[in-house]
This record gives sequence, C-alpha cells and structure tokens, in this order.
Amino acid sequence: MSSGILFACGGLGLLAIGIWALVLRAHLIRKVLAINVMGSGAFLLLVGAGSMGEAGVDPVPQAMVITGIVVAISATALALALVLRLANATGKPALPEDRERDLMDSEER
Amino acid sequence: MKTRHAATEPGPVFRIGLALLLFAITAGLALALLAEPVAPGVAGQVEAALGDSGAKNHVTAVLLNFRGYDTLLELAVLTSALVGVWALGVAPDIKETTPSPVLLGMNSVLIPLAPLFCAYLLWAGASRPGGAFQAGAVLAAAAVLYNISCRRPELRLPSAPLRPGIVIGLGVFIATGFGVMGGGRAFMEYPAGLAGGLILLIETAATLSIALILASLFVGGRPEGEP
Repeated sequence: MSSGILFACGGLGLLAIGIWALVLRAHLIRKVLAINVMGSGAFLLLVGAGSMGEAGVDPVPQAMVITGIVVAISATALALALVLRLANATGKPALPEDRERDLMDSEER
Repeated sequence: MKTRHAATEPGPVFRIGLALLLFAITAGLALALLAEPVAPGVAGQVEAALGDSGAKNHVTAVLLNFRGYDTLLELAVLTSALVGVWALGVAPDIKETTPSPVLLGMNSVLIPLAPLFCAYLLWAGASRPGGAFQAGAVLAAAAVLYNISCRRPELRLPSAPLRPGIVIGLGVFIATGFGVMGGGRAFMEYPAGLAGGLILLIETAATLSIALILASLFVGGRPEGEP
C-alpha cells in the first residue's frame, strides 16, 4: 500500500518532467527522450496504482505495462529513424519552426 | 544572443505558466490518488479464472488469454514499426572499427548463454515471471552485441529467412486465434484442455519474431539488397 503510492507519485513526477522537456526543448532527440521519460512515468503510475488495492497486486496493469514497454521501444526506434532522416535531409535535427533555435538549449543567454 | 533568435525562444512567462500548469496537474492527480478509496481491482477475478487459462502465472494468463487482443495488436505494432523503419531507407553504414578485446571476450561468454536463458525465460513464463517478450529481448540483446562487435559481414542474414521470421509471430497468433474458432467458440477463445500448449506455441513464435524485430530495429534500416 505505502510503496504503491510512492511509486505512483514518482510516476506522476516523471510525467511532469517529461512534458516540460517535450514542450521546451527544440532538439528532436531530446523530444524523443522526453517522450520516453513520460512513458516511464505512466508505466510507474500504472503499476504503482495497481498495487495499492487491498486485494494484492493486480496483474492486469502489469500485463498492460509489459505491452506498453514493447510498444514504446518500437515507437522510439521509428522516431529515431525519422529524426535521422530529417537531419540528413535538412541538416538540423529540429522541426521547421524551431530550426533557428540553439539546439543545445543552454539556459544562460 | 538577443538577436532574431530571441523571438523563437519560449519566454519566462511561458515557462512559468507551463510550470504552474504541470504542478497543478501533478498535484491534482496525486490528491486523487490519495483521496479515492482504491477499487478492489480484478485480481480476484483473474485468480478465479486462472485454472482455465492454461498458464499458472497471473501476468502470462492475462497477456495471452484474458487480454489476448492486447498482445496480438502489440505484435502488429512491432511489425509495423519495423516496416516503417525499413521504408525510410537502407541501414546506415557504420564505420568498421577494431572491436575492443573486452567486448569480444564478453561476447564469447554472453552470446552462447543468451539462447539458453531465452529458452528458460520462455518456459518459465507459464508459471513464473518470464515470457515471450522478456525472452525475445534477451535474444535481441545477443544479436545487438554481435552486431556492434564488427562481425557485421558475417552477421548479414540472408533476407529470405528474415522476412518470414519477422511475421511468424503475428501469423501464428492469428492462425491459432482463428483455428480454435470451431465448435461455437469465439476468436482466441482457447479450449480449456489445449490452452497451455497453444500458449506455448504462440509464445515460441512470438519470441522469435520479437528478437528479430528488435535486432532489426537496432540496425536502423532495411538490409542492403532489399527492394
């Protein structure tokens, strides 16, 4: 019970961090990483919330998370291949509206 | 750097607004988690139906029997992701370098062990944590290790067995799903006595496909010589 809520809240934190980076970073590989962090947060939230009940650990969220991890891996691979193609075609791994930005995203400017 | 770049950078107001929004969402969800009495969930129902499922492990039973559509569509997602990657172009040429002796030594230990561990995970999936995805991932990891150790020319699998290998998991799953339909059963409603064997058959084919798909995704493009 107590560890379940801890995992679920940790997952929420990861979700927020992932959204932050997804919105603010211009570099596409950073965006892909941000989506992965968001996904990890969602998985942690699901498994944590699934183990909070009195009836013991619920196997259905666990099965869904296993499915989700595999889907996330394949989506990441496809996204990275797309980023690679975009970078080869345009010379910069960023979306058109972000192409002027500094891709290192340094905070001090 | 206050040139024209400044216009495209997100300003401090935007950042503060985003931070407040995210904080509100997170806090709201956390409060909902803490406040709501937890629903009992379906663990009891899974426990009750476990005897008919053909698997002794709860997660395996859910994955392959009770929620078989999830797993079937997951295999379809994996396959279509690989089709997408292959459609983007041929695999990029990786510069051949001399592999370090540490990598080669590790490979000579890990790669022969991987199929053994894979078979164990596959078999254990029926009663303990394990299963097709874990086993396929171990096998794919061995293939990736082999791939980065610059034995690539010998690794180049001929394309003919690669393609059937990639779709065999999906094919066997769908064929089994339709195969059990006789006698008034629905799609993927396994007969009680045969369920264990059918799940093992599906998992074996799925392991092979998952390993091939993950390893091919790592290579990052279709093999040369493919149309």
